[in-house]
Amino acid sequence: MVTVEMTSHLYRFFPQLENRVVQVQSGSVAEVLQQVEQLAAGFTDYVLDERGALRRHVFAAINDALVIDRRTLSDRVPEGGTLYIFQALTGG
Amino acid sequence: MNNLLLLGTRKGTVLVDRTTSGWRPRPMAHDGIPVCYAACDPRDGTLWASLDHGHWGPKLSRSRDGGSSWEETPPIKYPAGARYITKYLPTPDFDPDAPSGAPEYTDATVYKIWNIGFGSHTQPGRLYAGTIPGGLFVSDDGGDSWELNRPLWNHDSRGGDLFAGDATSDNCWGGTPASIDYGVFEPGIHSIVVDPRDPDRIHVAASSAGVISSADGGRSWSGSNRGMRMDYLPNPEAPWGHDPHFITHCPGQPDHLWQQNHCGVFYSSDGAASWKKVSVPGAGVHFGFPIAADEQDGRTAWVVPARSDMERMTIGGGLFVARTSDGGESWQAFRNGLPQENAYDIVLRHALDISGDRLCFGSTTGNVYLSEDRGESWQCLGNNFPPIYSVRFGRG
Repeated sequence: MVTVEMTSHLYRFFPQLENRVVQVQSGSVAEVLQQVEQLAAGFTDYVLDERGALRRHVFAAINDALVIDRRTLSDRVPEGGTLYIFQALTGG
Repeated sequence: MNNLLLLGTRKGTVLVDRTTSGWRPRPMAHDGIPVCYAACDPRDGTLWASLDHGHWGPKLSRSRDGGSSWEETPPIKYPAGARYITKYLPTPDFDPDAPSGAPEYTDATVYKIWNIGFGSHTQPGRLYAGTIPGGLFVSDDGGDSWELNRPLWNHDSRGGDLFAGDATSDNCWGGTPASIDYGVFEPGIHSIVVDPRDPDRIHVAASSAGVISSADGGRSWSGSNRGMRMDYLPNPEAPWGHDPHFITHCPGQPDHLWQQNHCGVFYSSDGAASWKKVSVPGAGVHFGFPIAADEQDGRTAWVVPARSDMERMTIGGGLFVARTSDGGESWQAFRNGLPQENAYDIVLRHALDISGDRLCFGSTTGNVYLSEDRGESWQCLGNNFPPIYSVRFGRG
């Protein structure tokens, strides 16, 4: 299993993800996000564009390493790892 | 008379009601989220807001109970295979001796839903949405699903059918600075005009391309820029490359269209077949963003002029509205009730609207002004709103 942690901003739109530990099967970032989509319909439309790429101002990391493949999300989230999803800070 | 206003602001949607004690804003809806456009469907009263999330992508929100509750609608998405020819801002490292010889393509994604248009009363459920990067989307089920209008997307002026292969013509559409917020320089559709006599007649305006019209419900499109002039390309009368800031029409005389362009104010009395420049720079009427047309008299229109175009400030520090009632031959400035010193308000393209004798506009500095006498005098509805992106009257 892997854990998905996210900015609390997303709880506003997906309150069903708040106050719980989100754990899904390990896999690629794309596979992990699709499992979150099953828990919260519409979630991927917030973090991905219609091409399946991370939106420009979404920051994603596996443990403490930035996701490299932002376009096809092939980076693997290892068993026991954590996928972090935050909003990228681009201004003061 | 219309007793509801919708404000799209940097921090959410504000509904303003006309009560027995004056105009009163309700608490902010979509609080904290930029709303680039908010409008009311005149057919059924549904309220729409285009949410311009900084991080999470553009969304549409809908209220069917007059604003008491809002729901997010299924997202607008470009279909697989939708591409466009990428435009780049000139950069210091551009090498003029080695320009790219071939067009570069980008897979389309929706950056911004810039405008929402409504079909006629004979087209229940028909909606339009104009986007950056320049796609027109159509819904026939009240916004539950959307489809890209491919004839416009595949237009020869954009390189042809890029679903089918590489470009077969030159791309003539430029970008809009409004896209730079998203780190790109792409075109955007900001104006959608449907002829109430014949809803198959549609005009859209794109920055920076111009006005594009369809007479067959969107199955084919052609440029409607004859008579337009621009002052930033070598050929000022080129068929493409124009920068309409907003176009509108007179609902009672739909062949009368008005355009506040980057390069002046233009008027058409023949259904956009031709345009005539009606700027009067000496009277301050030239540059600006919004324009409103009278609902019955096609020769009457209003603008909120600004200082062109490098500064984008009020003219002489004072805010005024100009009205013509003779098709732009002459303009009258109205200042009563508007600040005449230390005003820096800019009124963006969707932030002026008309309903009967009432007009209302909001500014980037968070001021909202309303007139009940056809623009001749103004009352302030508030000075502390967030920056205002759109002002639209509701229904009823």
